Amino acid sequence: MSIAATEDTAERLARLKQTIEDLLKEAKRRGATAAEASVGSSAGLEVSVRLGEVETVEHTRDNGLGITVYFGNRKGSASTSDLSTGALRDAVKAACAIAEHTQEDPCAHLADAALMAAEIPDLDLYHPWHLGVEDAIEIAAACEDSARGYDPRIVNSEGASLSTHTGIQVYGNSHGFVAGYPTSRHGLSCAVIGQEGESLQRDHWWTSARAAADLDSARMVGERAAERTVARLGSRRVPTCQVPVLFRAEVATGLIRSLVSAIQGGSIYRRTSFLLDYLGERIFPDFVRIHEEPHLPRGLSSAPFDGDGVATRAKDLITDGVLQTYLLDAYSGCRLGMQTTGNAGGVRNLRIGMGDLDRAALLREMGTGLMVTELMGHGVNPVTGDYSRGAAGFWVEGGEIRHPVEEITIAGNLKQMYAGLLAVGNDCDYSGSTRTGSWLIDKMTIAGE
Amino acid sequence: MMTDPIAIARTSILEPAGLTEQDLDRLLGLLAGSAVDAADIYFQSSRLESWVLEDGIIKDGNFSIEQGAGLRAISGEKTGFAYSDELRFPALAQAAEAARAIARIGQGEQVRIGEVANKRSLYDPTNPIASLPDPDKIALLQRVDAEARRADPRVREVVASVVAVQDTVLVLGDDGALSADVRPLVRLNVSVVAEDGGRREQGSSGGGARADLDYFLLEDRAMSFAREAVRLAVTNLEAGDAPAGTMTVVLGSGWPGVLLHEAIGHGLEGDFNRKGSSAFAGRIGERVAAPGVTVVDDGTLPGRRGSLNIDDEGTMTQNTVLIEDGILCGYMQDKLNARLTGTHSTGNGRRESYAHLPMPRMTNTYMLAGERDPEEIIASVDKGLYAVNFGGGQVDITSGKFVFSASEAYLIENGKVGRPVKGATLIGNGPDVLTRVSMIGNDLRLDQGVGTCGKEGQSVPVGVGQPTLRIDALTVGGTSA
Repeated sequence: MSIAATEDTAERLARLKQTIEDLLKEAKRRGATAAEASVGSSAGLEVSVRLGEVETVEHTRDNGLGITVYFGNRKGSASTSDLSTGALRDAVKAACAIAEHTQEDPCAHLADAALMAAEIPDLDLYHPWHLGVEDAIEIAAACEDSARGYDPRIVNSEGASLSTHTGIQVYGNSHGFVAGYPTSRHGLSCAVIGQEGESLQRDHWWTSARAAADLDSARMVGERAAERTVARLGSRRVPTCQVPVLFRAEVATGLIRSLVSAIQGGSIYRRTSFLLDYLGERIFPDFVRIHEEPHLPRGLSSAPFDGDGVATRAKDLITDGVLQTYLLDAYSGCRLGMQTTGNAGGVRNLRIGMGDLDRAALLREMGTGLMVTELMGHGVNPVTGDYSRGAAGFWVEGGEIRHPVEEITIAGNLKQMYAGLLAVGNDCDYSGSTRTGSWLIDKMTIAGE
Repeated sequence: MMTDPIAIARTSILEPAGLTEQDLDRLLGLLAGSAVDAADIYFQSSRLESWVLEDGIIKDGNFSIEQGAGLRAISGEKTGFAYSDELRFPALAQAAEAARAIARIGQGEQVRIGEVANKRSLYDPTNPIASLPDPDKIALLQRVDAEARRADPRVREVVASVVAVQDTVLVLGDDGALSADVRPLVRLNVSVVAEDGGRREQGSSGGGARADLDYFLLEDRAMSFAREAVRLAVTNLEAGDAPAGTMTVVLGSGWPGVLLHEAIGHGLEGDFNRKGSSAFAGRIGERVAAPGVTVVDDGTLPGRRGSLNIDDEGTMTQNTVLIEDGILCGYMQDKLNARLTGTHSTGNGRRESYAHLPMPRMTNTYMLAGERDPEEIIASVDKGLYAVNFGGGQVDITSGKFVFSASEAYLIENGKVGRPVKGATLIGNGPDVLTRVSMIGNDLRLDQGVGTCGKEGQSVPVGVGQPTLRIDALTVGGTSA
């Protein structure tokens, strides 16, 4: 059974739009010169199975509303999980009370009315999965079974989980812009434990998609989790050294995330970015192109408009290795004397140009070095780009994997790592909104024995 | 002013929703039954206010209200869970039926709702949001900004924020026991960017407690956070490359206790040990640390960020000894894992909110003091690293490997603290890192109240602490090989 609201999606969308309009009216009634609000409402089911038995069945239902009011160039915000009329009125009142104490900020205002998304393209993001609890359990159990049956060295399990969620997001502001759309998201993941002698290792795998039909099969997710776990058995340390490092595709996404956070408007105007003053400058070798595709059909982070109501648009972040744009919302754009890039709320579906090297060719290209498959900790200094993180992976010699590696760190500086990118593989093999192959970096310091 | 947490919870949660004693009884009846081994309902009402100063002006403020109830039914190892942000009876009844569908249909039993008096008051049941007039909160941030800019001309940017939370929880157990806790929490944070020549660096400091906002006005706390953030930023302006490799490391007292949280804390949580997924599973009674090392998880320290009068299952928190004189002697338990392993909850059942399931979590985790003078510890090292401030950490509880990242560190040469080096990640193996502790300082200190722990997507406030420690071999992830 499901306790998701039975109300028709179109009716719910209309009701939430009305909620936003009521809120904006209430803000105006209280004297606000401008206001904006967003509301999200979602429902879902999450089941987990461990060692073949049901572990948890969770029914989720989340509501959240946020409003920002402007009195000239002073602003105040409030949020609530309670969407009742009384609670909404209280939220507006609280936001107005806050605005009595904030100070004049010339950039505290809505994005220009002319920039509001004129049309809302259907990005094919809504594919509800009418799945009963029993069916969900069966899929999760099949996933875990595949993992446990994969190899006799898989001795224990942290289980497999299946989740399915649908939701509606609506944003509106006092320019008269009110728009929203429904979305869905489904996922399946599995984590198992392997043993060989004294060595115990755990690893996991996952799949995630807007439509159930786009998920990898339960069997594939389970087998992949088991394969990864078994490959780590017998991990050992390596001596401290400086060698090339291959970031396998699923961890190379982290290097793109560091780029994204460094070129976000907030990091630039606060001077907390290692890429300050790099607009129009070469950051990567000239074969690198990184592209944002916010309107990708069924994309995991696709959106027709951003958190300011501004139309999103496709663009290059990096062309021929050169930084093309910062990622700006209305506020940070104003702070930098630039136009918003439609990135309020972040970046949506990044793609990097992939070369023609598969993983085996990348390993041959590297010769001797470290292939990283897991990173630990938060050792990235955003201001300097200094990078130092715990890592696990595989030692490579003569272009071939020799043994798994653990309890080491890898260190360098992101600016030098980006400049020292030797190749991007064509081996993208995970689900996520950022798509990349593995990255081969010329040299990093490994700290070990 | 009302001071009884149950009375406050009734007034702020049950009464506005029109929930009567009889409604609670009916909900428990729907949720618990003969096939259900345990059940509970967790009501929560949380209010948060924050103010942010940037560019020398109060730029933004936010007020947020979250409330709802989480309903849980457990049968064997199976947990059914549903929650609702609507507190009216029909919404809760629907959630109860969804949650209990996990178990076979059974006969609901009648229980008597009975209040459990709060026997303890580690903090006052106050509302810190109202503890200071708004203009005073703003003036406080402005003074912090001025102090940071005054402290050093190289300071270029200052961001300061203050957050006050009042979290009221009401837990109804399947035996009808009704317990409540009103939890204040305040936090002040300062972050600065300093520039000199071509170099830029950031420094952050802050603190917090389960107290009213005047906590920051006492003992010059807010101003000292501002000066500390500046000191860190300008120290790092001078920092050279950090060393790479395995070496002797001296950890400072206080916040470096994040070592304990990552290296052993998570590995000693009851769920991982019941499932056999922790590197510490089945090792009670074994030596996991050097003689003299005693580590506790103590939820009963007055006013601390990680402290709770009762945990989120209504169990009184306690001081649990995890490692005594180097021997592993206990795990941290919630009710589910305690029941399944035939032991008692240690008051470590915590959850981020009503919309999350409880699990075993740490409170304030720290190592007791030893006898060495901290200066004597540094003097004992020929060549090594002295690390005194840290960012976060992470652990793989199965392999036992953990990391924590230094944000302020110095080389030790010939027994003396030398030049500062850039931040670096330290990595080790949880089950044996504490066996390499060769000296324990007499200077036990707890952190300033800034810790937040994440587990399975849920965040909860925690504390850590330790005296100065010498660890004979730990891997330092610098660039200078």
